[in-house]
Amino acid sequence: MVNWSGTALHVVSGKGGAGKTTVAAALAINLAREGKRTLLMEVEGRQGIAQLFDTPPLPYEERRIAVAPGDGEVWALAVDADEALVEYLATFYNLGRAGSALRKMGAIDFATTLAPGLRDVLLTGKACELVRRKTKRADNAYDAIVIDAPPTGRIEQFLNVTAQVSALAKTGPIHRHAEMVMGVIGSPQTAVHLVTLLEEMPVQETIDAVAQLQTANLPVGAIFINMVRDALLDEKQMAKVRKGTLGIKKLSDIAVAAGIHQDPSVLATALLQEAHDHVDRSDLEARESSRVDELGLPTISLPLISRGIDLGSLYLLADAMFDQGVR
Amino acid sequence: MNNINAPQLYLDDVVLNPEIHIIVCTGSGGVGKTTTAAAIALRAAEHGRRVCVLTIDPARRLAQALGIEELDNTPRKVEGIQGSGTLDAMMLDMKRTFDEVVEGHSDPERAQQILNNPFYQSLSSSFAGTQEYMAMEKLGQLHSQAQADGIWDLIVVDTPPSRSALDFLDAPARLGSFLDGKFIRILSAPARGAGRGIGKIAAMGFGFFTSALSKILGSQVLNDVGAFVTAIDSTFGGFRERADATYALLKDTHTSFIVIAAPEADAIREASFFVERLNSDQMPLAGLVLNRVTEVNLPEVTREQALAAAQELAAGDAASKFTASLLELHAQRVSQVERQQEIAHRFTAAHPGIRVTSVRALSQDVHDLDGLREIGDLLSSPR
Repeated sequence: MVNWSGTALHVVSGKGGAGKTTVAAALAINLAREGKRTLLMEVEGRQGIAQLFDTPPLPYEERRIAVAPGDGEVWALAVDADEALVEYLATFYNLGRAGSALRKMGAIDFATTLAPGLRDVLLTGKACELVRRKTKRADNAYDAIVIDAPPTGRIEQFLNVTAQVSALAKTGPIHRHAEMVMGVIGSPQTAVHLVTLLEEMPVQETIDAVAQLQTANLPVGAIFINMVRDALLDEKQMAKVRKGTLGIKKLSDIAVAAGIHQDPSVLATALLQEAHDHVDRSDLEARESSRVDELGLPTISLPLISRGIDLGSLYLLADAMFDQGVR
Repeated sequence: MNNINAPQLYLDDVVLNPEIHIIVCTGSGGVGKTTTAAAIALRAAEHGRRVCVLTIDPARRLAQALGIEELDNTPRKVEGIQGSGTLDAMMLDMKRTFDEVVEGHSDPERAQQILNNPFYQSLSSSFAGTQEYMAMEKLGQLHSQAQADGIWDLIVVDTPPSRSALDFLDAPARLGSFLDGKFIRILSAPARGAGRGIGKIAAMGFGFFTSALSKILGSQVLNDVGAFVTAIDSTFGGFRERADATYALLKDTHTSFIVIAAPEADAIREASFFVERLNSDQMPLAGLVLNRVTEVNLPEVTREQALAAAQELAAGDAASKFTASLLELHAQRVSQVERQQEIAHRFTAAHPGIRVTSVRALSQDVHDLDGLREIGDLLSSPR
């Protein structure tokens, strides 16, 4: 049982290619069950959410994009740092129409490029503002916010906004803004989840990221192990493959008798090779899996969807989370 | 993957061709770019070439295999090369490369001023695109060195793990136009700039903007930027020229691009973008390497046959059940292969003339030179 009822902000990171966006989307669906309302937020301007949900590109505006079992609702927002800066300036400096003029001049883009930390604090700041709606019990509050965050290589920097900003601005409004953001991100209201695959490099990156996040006192949530394949062979069968006591000749004779019209010895060679590959791969996965276990964090396994990810498979993944007690 | 409908890419025609002096390995992140670059470099060296490989962010074990765990920004000789060739390897240190460019273009006093500037420090370590720019810069340096002393006859470059492979080509220009940009110029001399060129309304907006920026960031930041631009003004022309020269080098007939992808939708989409871009920029493309491809040992046995037989055997004794599992395993693999072929077809259908080779998925990551050699063999044998 993984009870996240006290968590308002879920940050999902992972190695590129591990399926962060997919996992973030499935988590948003899962947490919206039974009449809840969640927001899935994207920060890298990739329009990955729109692609996944097969909708037109998302504007900088909260939109309902899916339903969850039991009348739940999933909303989405693509946050753009430039727009967030205009919004920020408008809120704090009464900017009015000058905002769009500045944007046309490329000034906003310039400002966020000039100070990369500024970009991150605006993005995370937007998430924190949405979290605070819940604290204020606003009508438009969400039960949970899920961020499809930057990859593991950049996640600590992305979240550790005060460290970034203090190098830039030691005092002043943006500094105070960063401290407010840190008050949410560094608290138990937030959980940073990492998506990995059972392969050497993604697991290593995950371990490194956990260490970095913990050093920075950022709250690590769970590890999502993505694309886990069915165990087609049991332990006993795998041991036979390893020891070479498979009796492959007999097995291929059985296969031929069951209607596989091939030369039994050719078939035996092929099946044996495939069995060995499978066992090698399973052994590697077992090794990597125990390295993940050593982290001592909750882990959630998500099945490989071999036909490729579409909207339907997001619900399958959400169910897999639910079945493993994610609430 | 035997039924990819595309001409075969013979990598040895590129890697062992004495006319090719630069090979650029590119593609989206996580497709095995760095490993491929290292394997190609090793293969060239073991066929007698004098090779330098520039890696960007190698996995720890690959770096160990090459003996370049130390990040010192200089090529180091790789031990254990068989044959008469040589292999040097290095890992890019982008900050240090940037520092060296500054030092190389300014007198010591001014260089120190720039290096100490907080804005420079932020730019050189975190500007999106600095890594790409510095990879390009380093390539230029290595190439000049090779031209001058003949130490290498082939340079193999890995490209940064950007979200988009195109960043490698675009980032230098982006950094250049950022540093040359109107805003940064005006910031270095606000009074002069505001009255000229950008128009009245914009000037008002700009004045507001700079004041808002100094309010939220603190005026220190803007001062730093101003000081940086003033200090770098005289050296930046040099930067630009160098970036342009390296860009021209990439179009040279002695250069060859290899695009790397895995049979996954995103990687293939990126590969397509990149190939189209190389084409429109008239850059020399050797072809596509499709990494991590699943192979099936007996394609004659279809998924349907395997599953039908497995179903029949599932109720039998232990041996029958075991056979059923093996057949299901086979069926699963056939499905995976079909799926990968379908994805690869998105590329080959759109780019029918591009040469392609494929490398089967290996069960382990590379730990040593033998592993790299094996990949080199796989890369150069027909798919």
